[in-house]
Amino acid sequence: MATLTGPGGTGDTGGTSQLTTAPPAGVLGGGGGITGARSARRMARAVTSNRKATVGVVLLVIFILVALFPGLIAHDNPSAQIYPRRLGPSASHLLGTTAFGQDMFAQVIYGTRPVLLIALGVGLGATIIAMLIGVAAAYLGGAWDGALNLLTDVLLVIPAFPLLIVIGSYLHGASTGVLIAVITCISWSYTARQLRAQARSLRTRDFLEAAKVRGERAFYIITVEIIPTMTSLLVAAFLTNALYAVLFSASLQFIGLGNPSDVSWGTMLYWAENNEAFQTGQALWIIVPGLCIVALGAAFALLNYAFDEIGNPALRPVRSMRGNRGQRPR
Amino acid sequence: MSFVSRRLGFFALTLWVALTLNFLLPRMMPGNPALAVLGKFKGGVSPQALKALDAEFGIGGHQSLFSQYVTYLGDTATGKFGVSLTTQPGNSVGRIVLDAIPWTLGLVGITTVLAFILGTSIGIIGAWRRGGRLDSVMPPIFVIMTVIPYFWIGLVLILVFGVKLHWLPYFFSYNYTLTPGLNGAFISNVAEHAILPAFTLLITTIGTWILTMRNTMITTLAEDYVRMARAKGLSGHRIMLDYAARNAILPNLTGFAMSLGFVVGGAILIEEVFNYQGVGYLLLQAVNNDDYPLMQALFLLITVAVLVAILISDIATAVLDPRTRGTR
Repeated sequence: MATLTGPGGTGDTGGTSQLTTAPPAGVLGGGGGITGARSARRMARAVTSNRKATVGVVLLVIFILVALFPGLIAHDNPSAQIYPRRLGPSASHLLGTTAFGQDMFAQVIYGTRPVLLIALGVGLGATIIAMLIGVAAAYLGGAWDGALNLLTDVLLVIPAFPLLIVIGSYLHGASTGVLIAVITCISWSYTARQLRAQARSLRTRDFLEAAKVRGERAFYIITVEIIPTMTSLLVAAFLTNALYAVLFSASLQFIGLGNPSDVSWGTMLYWAENNEAFQTGQALWIIVPGLCIVALGAAFALLNYAFDEIGNPALRPVRSMRGNRGQRPR
Repeated sequence: MSFVSRRLGFFALTLWVALTLNFLLPRMMPGNPALAVLGKFKGGVSPQALKALDAEFGIGGHQSLFSQYVTYLGDTATGKFGVSLTTQPGNSVGRIVLDAIPWTLGLVGITTVLAFILGTSIGIIGAWRRGGRLDSVMPPIFVIMTVIPYFWIGLVLILVFGVKLHWLPYFFSYNYTLTPGLNGAFISNVAEHAILPAFTLLITTIGTWILTMRNTMITTLAEDYVRMARAKGLSGHRIMLDYAARNAILPNLTGFAMSLGFVVGGAILIEEVFNYQGVGYLLLQAVNNDDYPLMQALFLLITVAVLVAILISDIATAVLDPRTRGTR
C-alpha cells in the first residue's frame, strides 16, 4: 500500500484541468522507474526494521541455500535403500533410517528442493494469472469485467482441495511439475479478486486519465502505469499463493496423490504413515518433515504479516500502551 | 429481490461448472482412467456396473460425447449416482454416502459451532484489552497455526495422547467390539473417539474467528458512537458487548454461515488421519480404490454444500446489513 503514492501523487497535484500540458510519455515512464527503485529501497528498510520480516527472510534464505546445495549438507543418496532398517538417530545417521533403510536426514535435505520449487512456481504462476485477470477485468470494464469476474468467482467458490483430490486421482502419481501446474490453475482466484479491487480503485485516478489522453495503448497503461503501483499487493499475493502451494502439495503427497518415488517432505509423511511410524518407534519420520513444512510455511506467512503491518498501521501491535494501561479509557 | 435472484443465477452457473468439470475431467486426462479401472476387473463387472461406467465415462464408445453429457446430467438431476465399483462393490453410491454423512455432521458440525463461539469470544476480549496479554500472544500463535498442515497436527496429537500416554483412542469412530445402538456405553464410546479429531479441528479453525473478530472490533472501537457511549459513562461490559461487538460481529456471522458449508468436506485429512468414517474419509477411500462413481458423487455433494452455504450467507448479509441492500 505504501507504494500507492507514486505516479498517482503527481497526478493529484496536477489536477484534471491541466491535462493539456501533460508531460511527454518518456518523462512519466521514467517516473515509474524511479518509483520502482524507491519502493524497493523502502521495502528493504521495512524488512530490516520489522522483526517478523527479518525472521521470515532468514528462514527463507536458509531453505533456498539447502535447496540449491543439498549435496554439501547431506552426503547420502536419499533414495538408496542400503542401510539397516529403522535405525535410531546416530552420528552417521543424524535422524536414523526409514523402514526401507534410507538415510532420513538426506531425505529431509533433498526433499527441500521440490517443495521450494512448488512454492515458487505456484507463487509466481498464480500471481501472474491473478494479475493479468484482475487488472484486465478492472481496466477493460464492461462485459470483459463481468466475464472475468464471473470466472474468478466461480473458481473461488468451488472447494479447492476436494477438486485437487479429484484431479490428482485421475493423474495417478503427479510429479513436481504437474503439481505446480494443477495447483496454479486452481489457486489464482483469491488473489485475482484482491488485485482487481485495487486496480478498480485506481481506475479514475488522474495519472491514468493523463495516459489515456496521451493516447497510450491499453497494454502500455496496464504494464507501465497500473502494475508498478501494486507492487506491495503483488508481493503479498505471491506470498499467499506460495504458502498455500506448500500446504496443498504436502497434503496431496501425504494422501498418496504425488509421485511416491519422489523425495519430498509430503511423500516422506506418506511413507511414514503407511509404515506406522509412530507404532514402530519412528516418530522422527513424521515429526521432522512436518516441522520443515511448518518452518517454510512460517517464513511465507511471517513475511506476509510483516507486509500487511507495513501497509496497514492499524494492525501493528501496540507496544507503547502496555506500560500505561491505566490511562486508557475503559 | 434482484440481489437474491442474481445470487441464485450465480449458484446455478457454478453448479453447472462443477457438474461439467466432473464430467469432463476424466475425459480430458491422458489415457481414459475408467478404462484402467475396467482392466482391473477382467470381466468380473456386473452388467449393471458396466452400464453405469458407460454412462459416466463413455467407455462403451457407442454414444457421442454430447449424448453422454445429457445422460449424465439427467442421471445426476434424478439422483442416480450409479453403483460403487470397488469400495463397496455393487452397493448404490447414494446409500454409501448417506451412511457417511451423519458421522461428518456430528464431528465437524459440532466442532465448527464450538470453534465459532469460542473464537468470537476470545476475539472480542482480545480487541477490548488491546495490547494486553491475550492480545499480544494471540497473533503470533495464529501465524503459526495457519501454516501447520491440519493432518500433521492430528498426527502429533495421536503420538502424544494416543501412542505415548494411552489417554484417548485414535482409530475409527467407536470400538469395533461394541454393537452400535442408543445405549450409554456406545454413546460415551463414540464421544471418547471424537475428542482427538474434534480437538485437532478446533485448534486449526479457531484462529480465523479470533483474528477476524479482533480486527473488525478494533475498527469498531474507534467509532464515534463507542466514544459517545464511553462519554455517557456506560459500563465497560455494556460498551464491549452491546456497542462494539454487536456491530463488529457481522463478518464473523456471514463467515460462520459459509463455514457450515465446509462442514461436509472440510475435514478430509483429519478424518483420514483418525480413520473416522465420514464423507472425507470415504472420498479418499474412493480415490485410493479408483472408485470414480463414488468419488464424483462425493465431490458434487461437497460442492453443493458449499454453494448452498454461500447463498445463505449472502442472503444473511443482505438481511442483517441494510447498507449492502441498496448499493448494487
